[in-house]
Amino acid sequence: MDRGTVKEMSEITVMINGIKTIIPEGTSILHTAQAAGIKIPTLCFHPDQEIKANCRICVVEVEGQKNLIPACATAVNEGMVINTATPRVLEARRMILELILAHHPQDCLHCVRSGSCELQQLAAEYDVRFNRFPLEDAHLPLDYSSPSIVRDSNKCILCGRCIEFCTSKQTVNALGLAHRGFDSQVVPSIGQELFESPCVMCGQCIHACPVGAISGREQTDEFMAAAADPDKIVVTQIAPAVRLAIAEAFGADRDQLQMGQLASALRMLGFNHVLNTNFAADLTIMEESQELLERISNGGVLPMFTSCCPAWVRFTEVFYPDQLDHLSTCKSPQQMFGALVKTYWAERMNISPDKIFSVSIMPCTAKKYEAVRPEMTDSDYSDVDMVLTTREIVRLLQMTGINPLKLEETEFDPWMGEYTGSAVLFGASGGVMEAALRTVYEKVTGRVLEKLDFSDVRGMAGLKEATVDMDGTIVKVAAAHTLGNARALMDEVAAGKSPYHFIEIMACPGGCIGGGGQPITRSNEQRAQRMEAIYVEDRSKILRKSHENHEIQMLYEEFLQETLGHRSHELLHTKYTLKRKNI
Amino acid sequence: MHSLNEMRKQFQNAYDESKNRIKVVFGLGTCGIAAGGEKIWDAVSSYIDTHGLDIDMMSTGCIGMCYAEPLMEVHMPGEPRFIYGNLKPEVAIDILKKHLVEGNPSPEYIVAQDPRGYEAAANIEKLEEIPFYKAQVKNVLGRCGIIDPDQIVHYIVFDGYEALEKALSSMTPAEVIQEISQSGLRGRGGGGFPAGRKWEAAYKSPGNKKYVVCNADEGDPGAFMDRSVLEGDPHALLEGMAICGYAIGADEGYIYVRAEYPLAIKRLKKAIRDAESMGILGNNILGSGFSFKIQIAAGAGAFVCGEETALMHSIEGKRGMPRVRPPYPAQSGLWGKPTNINNVETYANVPVIIRQGADWFAGMGTENSKGSKVFALTGKINRTGLAEVPIGISLRDIVFNVGGGIQNGKHYKAVQIGGPSGGCIPESLLDTPVDYDSLIKLGAMMGSGGLVVMDEDTCMVDVARYFLHFTQEESCGKCAPCREGTMRMLQILNKICDGKGTPEDLDTLESLCRVVQSTSLCGLGQSAPNPVLATLRYFRPEYEAHIYDKKCPAGVCVELLDIKIDADKCKGCTICADVCPVGAISGERKKPHVIDSDKCIKCQACMVKCKFGAISKG
Repeated sequence: MDRGTVKEMSEITVMINGIKTIIPEGTSILHTAQAAGIKIPTLCFHPDQEIKANCRICVVEVEGQKNLIPACATAVNEGMVINTATPRVLEARRMILELILAHHPQDCLHCVRSGSCELQQLAAEYDVRFNRFPLEDAHLPLDYSSPSIVRDSNKCILCGRCIEFCTSKQTVNALGLAHRGFDSQVVPSIGQELFESPCVMCGQCIHACPVGAISGREQTDEFMAAAADPDKIVVTQIAPAVRLAIAEAFGADRDQLQMGQLASALRMLGFNHVLNTNFAADLTIMEESQELLERISNGGVLPMFTSCCPAWVRFTEVFYPDQLDHLSTCKSPQQMFGALVKTYWAERMNISPDKIFSVSIMPCTAKKYEAVRPEMTDSDYSDVDMVLTTREIVRLLQMTGINPLKLEETEFDPWMGEYTGSAVLFGASGGVMEAALRTVYEKVTGRVLEKLDFSDVRGMAGLKEATVDMDGTIVKVAAAHTLGNARALMDEVAAGKSPYHFIEIMACPGGCIGGGGQPITRSNEQRAQRMEAIYVEDRSKILRKSHENHEIQMLYEEFLQETLGHRSHELLHTKYTLKRKNI
Repeated sequence: MHSLNEMRKQFQNAYDESKNRIKVVFGLGTCGIAAGGEKIWDAVSSYIDTHGLDIDMMSTGCIGMCYAEPLMEVHMPGEPRFIYGNLKPEVAIDILKKHLVEGNPSPEYIVAQDPRGYEAAANIEKLEEIPFYKAQVKNVLGRCGIIDPDQIVHYIVFDGYEALEKALSSMTPAEVIQEISQSGLRGRGGGGFPAGRKWEAAYKSPGNKKYVVCNADEGDPGAFMDRSVLEGDPHALLEGMAICGYAIGADEGYIYVRAEYPLAIKRLKKAIRDAESMGILGNNILGSGFSFKIQIAAGAGAFVCGEETALMHSIEGKRGMPRVRPPYPAQSGLWGKPTNINNVETYANVPVIIRQGADWFAGMGTENSKGSKVFALTGKINRTGLAEVPIGISLRDIVFNVGGGIQNGKHYKAVQIGGPSGGCIPESLLDTPVDYDSLIKLGAMMGSGGLVVMDEDTCMVDVARYFLHFTQEESCGKCAPCREGTMRMLQILNKICDGKGTPEDLDTLESLCRVVQSTSLCGLGQSAPNPVLATLRYFRPEYEAHIYDKKCPAGVCVELLDIKIDADKCKGCTICADVCPVGAISGERKKPHVIDSDKCIKCQACMVKCKFGAISKG
């Protein structure tokens, strides 16, 4: 999970472009240059991945070495003399760029990554004005098989970052390399199309991709059409991790954008009613904590895993079909919300459910897949009609010229708009666990929880665990993010050796704040900052426990009657099925 | 610890006794079989059976004389061993009748005799005196063509496993490594890295589990040195690997051999089984406490799997792609364990070094390149074959003395040494001594030992294109410069050969060479430009002729050829017009014909058919 051990490093002296630099032994040339204020271009390098050294764009000259040396893969040693700005280095970098560009479509203007493309950026920096080589375009068909992810192999530069994430971090192995040499291609590991592969649609390959070879499925045009349809009442729910990423996309501090401003912006975009996934997150805690308590007291299947993350659910269905009983039967907040908006909310608002067009705004690509799962029609309609990712909302806001930071705040619509700090925590890995513990504690002990922060399950560590003593009831919990860590926990469960009662899994690094639908995220450092913003928002809320949510209390009083009751089972719970037939 | 000496003596006696019987020996390596050796074996075998003759038959590995295949040796008690060559089944039967039954050799088919202490026959060249053999030393190939590779007994009689026994019984691992270091043995697979240093690194690398890997993925076009050892003397490799295992502290070895060598795999498997059943491999070897097992991993044919990190990935069941070094295999190799990788010829040198000592080995060769090297001589050379020569011998000696010069009296143009990673060497540099460092200075490399001789009819741009086509196809696709760059180099060479090259193309080509060479991830990419760089260095005018004059001086590049009929020589026989597949030739009977160059597809069928030498290309 965590790689490498910290060794005692001594400081050494190297010369880089004539400047003496003192740096810990074992630092790469790349990081040494960074420390000296010199940028070395990279493409295959990713701060959270292993060194691949296959793009060779980061080559530098090292005195005494015959060949140019990849800066990412080479550690400095005492007295090393490095030059990054020689004609030889520039000739090599520009040639490599020309070579890659000549085997890459030239339609940057129309590319989804125009402006956020690492290759485009380098081509501009290195002033590649012409190409000596004839353009090669294989005209490979685009892969639209997945409801979440689109692959355009023509644009792939074979850096291997997507494969590494999918293989090493997620252990999903949906992508692999086929053919060789000039004909090499990243392809689904099984089947012709991505949807036939074990892909869980987490969308992390999109963030890993430096160019536009992997992107999210976009439905902004469909949304605009729905918003313009007078017969449709367009209702939205917005997930907790979206707000801060929108702030980021508009160049603001993460806590500068208020939810009320976002509500105003969404209304401008054409949403008739703006509701909140956070409300459903609080509801999830009500149902899930009750389910946990019942499993504990009735000798049910333990440990229980959270089921909010659709990529995790599919991962279990694909790789651990024998362990499906361990998943909580609770639907995710998105789907609980979807089932309620066309029943409970429609009834309260006196709107015919067939007129409701339910759109959720999610940091997630897998949510698009979750919404079209055949089980998700318990309202007798499609519970969620469309999922827009944060990226798509940002694009819509940019297209319409709406800057939410400049807007006055407005209230969320009633009945399904209120939320507590617990709901906000859903955006960060460990957050569902923390929210659940707050409610479970009070349910078990009947006392008010004083210290609300369960810091053991916070932060970017891959696996976090805590033991909570609730008046003698000991609950052992764990929270893990990325599916490689989840697999380790699931293997323990399959071997009958899991010490836990309750385990939270999020497929994306850092949880939903690092989701596949977020604006292109370049490092875990950025994810850690978003996580911090989540904790800030939780602390800012007056109500911080799900069961304190008034609208939730009203929902139970007037509609559901009780947790895990008949109506809950009909609308808020589901079951899982083996997804291995193609795999 | 048990000794093999007693056993060796018994085997020796039995072997000596067999010399009192009439024996015919056939070279049945892949080369011998391809040349028709098995057909001769079958014919001789059925002749012996039907006539109830008391004659032994034995198969052996390659003796190196490809040019004289198929071969048959005749051993009569008390007589020299006679090597017959260029045989056909009926000729072999005839020789059998005359020589073995009637006692009259057939000198017209004898390539050489090997007196072996008996009185030599008059008027027949002795093996060690024929030009092909004279300059050779047989350190690695000593047993190839002499012993039956499927008989471990033969190997043991010819000093086999003596070195392993010596190492296990009287040397420490450090002493073994010291001996190898002192011998100056360098890796025979291409790079020429000192073997002793490699072994020492693996020895010093901490870990309970280590591996010895043999690279038998011989993939250079025209190279078959390793195959000959694998097929002709497999135990030599096993012994070398076991000694290495003892030295570095490994108990397991892998031979990564290309699946295109089925006979080698078959013989290796038998050799491993036999050695294990005699306690020479496996657990507690010869009671020494040292255990060493060897397994075979068959490669699927990717050239890049000859690169050590790609090779290890392939053994592990992963896609055969190289990875960045360090860590080197000695630190983190097969399955992350310290690993020593050498090629077949390197390991095959080990037993003889241990047996005869580092000083003896270091007595051969040049200052920094010791011992001997096996070369595969191919191309437009009179005596194609396998020759093991002392390092430091001149290329001229190899090509003109060992190889007998250029076929059909043509002129020498160049020799490509080191395969697709190497370079070509022109006539002016033929006196260069063949050693690791001199060749690198010339832009070539020792490589694994492929030596392709080219005559005046070879177009050097076309040669560069041939090798680039090879490396481009074999590029694994991992790193950008090699994946994209080799393709672009090939495209430019194609353009030049097609007469469409521009002066700018030459600049781009040279820039590509520099970048691909200095930035590629592994040796395949780093050395891919070598054939282009070397041909540009020594034969630049030929490139310029293609680009500026739109001519191929060697008359090879089809698009640049002009086929013409000399009106003075043409007798109007009409044969050329008859064979022309596109009707490009016209003319009246008994009057000079003409070629319509717009229609002509330059197939040159007319040139071949013309009896008067009236048709020429240029």
